Parts: sequence; structure tokens; C-alpha cells
Amino acid sequence: MPQELQYLRETASQTAGPYVHIGLAPGAAGFDIYKQELGHDIVGPNAKGERIRVEGRVIDGTGSPVKDVLLEVWQANAQGIYAHPEGGGEVEDGFRGWGRVITDFETGEWSFETVKPGPTGGGNVGTQAPHINLWLVARGINVGLNTRMYFSDEAAANAKDPVLNMIEWEARRPTLIATRTEQDGLAVYRFDIRLQGENETVFFDV
Amino acid sequence: MKQNGDYYQRDRTLHPPALTPGYKTSVARSPQYALISLQNSVGEITGPVFGHNDIDPLDNDLLNNYASPGENPIGERIILHGRVLDENARPVPETLVEIWQANAGGRYRHKKDTYLAPIDPNFGGCGRTITDENGYYYFRTVKPGAYPWRNHVNNWRPAHIHVSVFGSAFNQRLISQCYFEGDPLIPICPIVQTIPDQDAIEQLTAKLDLNATIPLDTIAYKFDIVLRGRRSTLFENRLEGN
Repeated sequence: MPQELQYLRETASQTAGPYVHIGLAPGAAGFDIYKQELGHDIVGPNAKGERIRVEGRVIDGTGSPVKDVLLEVWQANAQGIYAHPEGGGEVEDGFRGWGRVITDFETGEWSFETVKPGPTGGGNVGTQAPHINLWLVARGINVGLNTRMYFSDEAAANAKDPVLNMIEWEARRPTLIATRTEQDGLAVYRFDIRLQGENETVFFDV
Repeated sequence: MKQNGDYYQRDRTLHPPALTPGYKTSVARSPQYALISLQNSVGEITGPVFGHNDIDPLDNDLLNNYASPGENPIGERIILHGRVLDENARPVPETLVEIWQANAGGRYRHKKDTYLAPIDPNFGGCGRTITDENGYYYFRTVKPGAYPWRNHVNNWRPAHIHVSVFGSAFNQRLISQCYFEGDPLIPICPIVQTIPDQDAIEQLTAKLDLNATIPLDTIAYKFDIVLRGRRSTLFENRLEGN
């Protein structure tokens, strides 16, 4: 419905296209232009909590890995606080909570290292199980897709999470839960994102 | 006491839907299920904070950020400038704006781009800046060229600059493309035409801005960016209003 009130309209989204890397991750794509590329260090050296690695692929409707995706990570620290004025408190010096990764152009694998976030608080929604917010863009994706990654070793918290429980179709909830393994003593979470088709990942309108 | 509340929900009728078959890559990369709508919580209303220490002050000058000393890229010298505002028309200060683009011949400095137009040795094609206290930003660059792409056999992208903006919350995150006034490729581009709303397309078109040109030096285009606005919440019992 057209509004008579004097609001501006949000700028429409467009796909990030095939060359998003030269703009947002030039160094990662092998193009050396900036002195400092943003998004490599999510938590900084002082972050408390368990160090983890997250890895996965983004898979399209034909079952093929998407090799030109760019993902952004937004998460709280181990105490459940976001590095933002409305984030609930203070975070460790150097903790940003935001990161950016691209896929390997040959395999479509991506990964990042971080700390496991704590449960986040309250507000209108209630306490939420530990999770990482993800936003992904690529050629063929017209509006960036928001999703969340939860942790397989947080089953009790996940069972009470208000967002997971809002997903009416219980069979879809596991698409948001990363599987924990250990490699050389480091916790590694596997999180494959399926854009379309069987076991399609849940995406959110945030 | 007045507090900041939720962000206005995104008007999905002005954004492209996920599945837009004219843009062929979207066919296998579009979710089939409806998005699950979330009420805002702390993870949505917060987002990364960037400061001037994160970038170099000259990162917004694409005429010089990859050029050899004393040289410049070939092409039409332009200023791209404007404001980042929210839907309440309030400026969005201190937010990161990043751009990337092809050179004047339509060639990207990217190993996956094999178009036969040559690379410009003095042009990288990416820049970034942080808006000032009034939400204002500017870049200096060259106007990009149109380029062909494998969609239909004879599809050409209009001249465009990719734009990425953060705002102050992760749910304001936006990537779009800025087109140039008067370009006849705009109405026939399958990517532009993923947008169902003609006014929204018009809003993606930078306008020639003679007042901001530098005579005998650089021509200017104005491109304002609008991010989602936010309710203000009156009183602690959440009686809402603006």
C-alpha cells in the first residue's frame, strides 16, 4: 500500500555479482590493494572462551557447491555480549564479533576461526541459545540471505531457543545446527548451507 | 523515556524476489521456502562498528589508490557522492561504505573476468570510506564501462558501481548497485529488472550533479542510499510511536 506519510523507501538490493571479492575481500582473492583488509580477525587476541573453527560449504539447488559466495559473521562474545553500544555490556579489547570470509574458488569450502559465543539475552524474545548470525551474498542471490548457526553440543539450550522453536516445521530446525567434531584437539563445527531443495537451510527475514 | 525500538520491516515488494528466472543464476540459488520472520532481538539491532583507524583516508580515491605515482587511470573522471540516510530521513553517520567496479572498458581486475577489454594498469576498482557526522560520503573514480555477461547470448550490464553499506545494525546490511542516469541498458538488464518496482529502480540511478562537478577536472553524480529506519519506543511499557 502506498503511504501518505513522509518516509523514505529503502534502497533496493541487487546481487553482489561474481566479482564481489575484489570489492569486499580483495586480499583473500589474491588482489593486494588495501593496507588493512577488514573481517579477518573476528574476536581478537584477548577474547575469553573456547576457540573454535567453523567450516562448511554453500550448496545450490543442483547439489553443486557455490564457489563464489561471500559470508559475513556477526556474533556475541563468550559472555553473550555484542560489540556494539546496544550489545549488552563491555567486550574484550579487540573483540569485534564481525568477520568476512570467501570460499575457496576450486572447492567451495569456507572456514573461519572464532570463539564460541555465549547465550544472548532477553529483550522481547527471551534468552537465546549460543548462535552465530550469518549473512551471505553471491551471484544469483538478489537479496543477501540471513541465517543462524547453532551448536550441536548445546542440545538443551537449543531445545529452549525461542527462534528455533518459532520454526513451525521441526524437521527444518536441524538445518541450523552445526555438527561438532574435534581435529587435533580443536573443536571444529561443520555447517553446510543448502540454498534450495532437500534440507534447504532456514533463512530469516530479520 | 524514549528508547530505540525495532527496525521497520523490510518492504519485500520493492526488493527483488529470490527467484527471478530472467537472471538465470538465481534459478538454482533461490530458496523455495518462505523466509521465517524474526522479531528483532539483540543480534539483529546490533552490528559491527568501524572507525577511521580501520581504513586509509585515501581508500576512497580510486583515481589514485592503485595508480603508479604521477599516473591516473584512463576514463571519465567522476565524483560519486551522496548521503546515507534511514527511512526516517535521518543521516547514518560513521558507517562503512564500500564500492567495487569495472574499469572504463568494462573489465574487472578479477581472475575470473576474461572479457577481452584490457586491464588498466593504474586502476584497481575498489574503494571504501566512512560517512561523516551528516551521513555524507564521496568517492573519486572513473565511470565504469558496460560489459557483456553470459546470461542470454547478447546481455550487457549497464555501467554500474557495486555498493555495500552497513548501517548500525546487522539487519540494515545492504548490497546494491548504482546505475547512471540516462543509460539505455538499464531498462533491458535482467539484473536490474529483478526489481519489481519502477520507483525503486529509479532510486538506484545516480543523477548527474553539475553543482558538485569540479570545472575542467571531474564530473559528479549524486547517489543517496537509504537504509532501514527504526521505531522509537515511548515509555518503558513499550507504547510505540515516532
